[in-house]
Amino acid sequence: MAKKEKVYIYKLYERFWHWTQAFLIFLLALTGFEVHGSFTFFGFENAVELHNKAAWAFIILTIFTIFWHFTTGEWKQYLPTTENLRAQAEYYIFGIFRNAPHPTRKTLLTKLNPLQRLVYLSLKILVFPVMIATGLAYMFYRYPSQGEIKQLGIESLETVAVAHTIGAYVLIAFVIVHLYLITTGHTLTSNLKAMITGWEELETDEGEIPESKTAKDPVGEKINNPVNAPEIDPDSYENKPEI
Amino acid sequence: MKNTVTFILSVVVPLIIITVVLRDASQDNKLLAELREEYSKPHIPSVDHSKHEALQRDFDNPHEITATCISCHTERGQELLNSFHFTWEREDYIEGRGVTYLGKRNLLNNFCTGIFSNEATCNRCHAGYGYEDKNFDFTNQYNVDCLVCHDNTGSYEKLRGGAGYPVPDQDFRTIVQNVGRPTKSNCGYCHFHGGGGNNVKHGDLEEALLTASRQVDVHMGVDGGNMDCVDCHTATNHVMKGRYYGVSSANTRRATCEQCHTAAPHLDQMLNTHVAKIACQTCHIPEYAKVNATKMYWDWSTAGELEDGRAFELYDDQGNPIYQSIKGDAAWQTNVVPEYFWFNGTADHFLISDKVDTTAAFLRINTLFGEASDPESRIYPVKVHRGRQPYDPVYLTILQAKLWDREAGRGALWLDLDWERALEEGMKYLNRPYSGQWDFVDTEMYLPVNHMVSPASEALQCQDCHSRENGRMHFVEGTYIPGKTTYAAVDTMGVLLIILSILGVITHAVIRYISYKKAQNTTTA
Repeated sequence: MAKKEKVYIYKLYERFWHWTQAFLIFLLALTGFEVHGSFTFFGFENAVELHNKAAWAFIILTIFTIFWHFTTGEWKQYLPTTENLRAQAEYYIFGIFRNAPHPTRKTLLTKLNPLQRLVYLSLKILVFPVMIATGLAYMFYRYPSQGEIKQLGIESLETVAVAHTIGAYVLIAFVIVHLYLITTGHTLTSNLKAMITGWEELETDEGEIPESKTAKDPVGEKINNPVNAPEIDPDSYENKPEI
Repeated sequence: MKNTVTFILSVVVPLIIITVVLRDASQDNKLLAELREEYSKPHIPSVDHSKHEALQRDFDNPHEITATCISCHTERGQELLNSFHFTWEREDYIEGRGVTYLGKRNLLNNFCTGIFSNEATCNRCHAGYGYEDKNFDFTNQYNVDCLVCHDNTGSYEKLRGGAGYPVPDQDFRTIVQNVGRPTKSNCGYCHFHGGGGNNVKHGDLEEALLTASRQVDVHMGVDGGNMDCVDCHTATNHVMKGRYYGVSSANTRRATCEQCHTAAPHLDQMLNTHVAKIACQTCHIPEYAKVNATKMYWDWSTAGELEDGRAFELYDDQGNPIYQSIKGDAAWQTNVVPEYFWFNGTADHFLISDKVDTTAAFLRINTLFGEASDPESRIYPVKVHRGRQPYDPVYLTILQAKLWDREAGRGALWLDLDWERALEEGMKYLNRPYSGQWDFVDTEMYLPVNHMVSPASEALQCQDCHSRENGRMHFVEGTYIPGKTTYAAVDTMGVLLIILSILGVITHAVIRYISYKKAQNTTTA
């Protein structure tokens, strides 16, 4: 019989990254669509300025996060898998309505279900790079140099701007679906709470350390005693097992 | 706790530092301060002409005045024979035409339509004496009028209908003893009155500039730079910088903002990048004709109407003539928002020998070349003067009417109000074929706006162009303007994607809720 245990699943940086990114994407969408002419809120000039600043913050955050992903090995969480992909999709389409159990188990080493892996990976390797590349081109296709305005080999802003706009629509669609899907955890708010506090009650077989077929190395320590756990600071480096 | 501090120190603080460092450091606009200093120095003449012996006398022959000038300025006479103020034509290369010699001397316009057969009155503004008809001697240096440009008393007057000769019996002794560097009123004597009255033609050049504030013109405003025309329109050997594209065609010898302000004058680099495609004038001249009205429309076809058998005039509430029997209907406007066009500094002109295309909506008296894909082109503010003027529906050429004469009964429209005779006389003078039939054609003339630069605080703001509706760039094509340009396909697909996402989520949530309720009922039942 599965047993529920409190697990420290999202570490401090991870949560910082997630919420900062969420805030930046919200701000970028708000200012970006104002620049696009969809509505007036900040005023065009302020919107451009805020958008550019938020863009730099996003880029810096992304650089830090790439570093974090590789130093912690967390990048392995995003390796795509076809295992249970169909089951996960079927769960969202049918199972969830029949109160069926989640087909995949969320553990410290497999935080993401196969669908999430696929979607988040495509954000990381497709949508974000396209948005950053087109965004930088947008900013710098004309640039002042030695008292003159030089131009990159981009004839017009058109292609860049259209790609950037399409990316923005895709991201908004993602955010809408994402916001809804966080209510599909064990309880309506368990996923949200986990991303805020870091702790989540996860199903686990007694005494068994969850294993992943894709993540070879343990990326964190399972806290066996949830009652005492908060007293030990899980982010403390001294508590990390030697890897 | 300790780790939260470590986290803040290692992640949040570096992020803040990086963000702060990436911001532009603010600077002072040193260049602008230097320019202000340079141009606030008064011009100190090197010569006091009242001390010259040759000028201690009275004059009654204007040619003699010129000869006296040349007696000291020995080479200036020949020099003037090559000045465009005297030649009224310039050698230019025009794409599709080759090398041309065009100017006021031989070009059409859609104001008074052209000087042909009307030279004696139009050429009051020629920097010469006696340009009364096409037989004027352009090679005689004693035909140059030095005083119209160099009189510093502000009293020199040229005679109406005098072909450039001055009003006789002026105090020439005082005038010649007070010659010097041209002032605003020298240039304005002609350039403010193009089209036959103050501010009629250009819209950004008018008498008000002699006394205006810096709100009207930041450079010439008396409480601003109080600069003279020649501060920017500098000259070498009497050949001045500056082009008026009603008569010019080439992208050379232009007086530009950049000659003082550089090509990257803003402290804000975002604004500097705009300079590549937007002319300075576009943002810095939000409107023209800020004081007195300028003529926007001139319909010659209604000229000739009489009231009780007499010529009459109607005025608008500002006192501008909206109908004159001698000139037809007119529309005037103040604080005019310019129209915007791609322009690369080259232009073409409709010549008197060109064929009218009657299938076109209107005829371009001059054409400003330029397009978005041309790296030389920038978006310029332009005064578009629209008109209706006579043409020959058989030979398909623009017709030239004789407008003026010293006496009635010799076919001048303004005296006899007879189109048939006026056109006949005009075309006979030109010695060009005329079928005897006439009709009127809609024409447009494009005059780039360069003056009445507003203070920076009143320049256009981003949203003036970057907006979906009614933006200034509404009719500018060929370039992606953020906030203005949209592609229906992209936005439709995008909005559809968002709507589908929301609908999907709502549907899913509703089914979830219903099945949850059902499950509850099952367990309770």
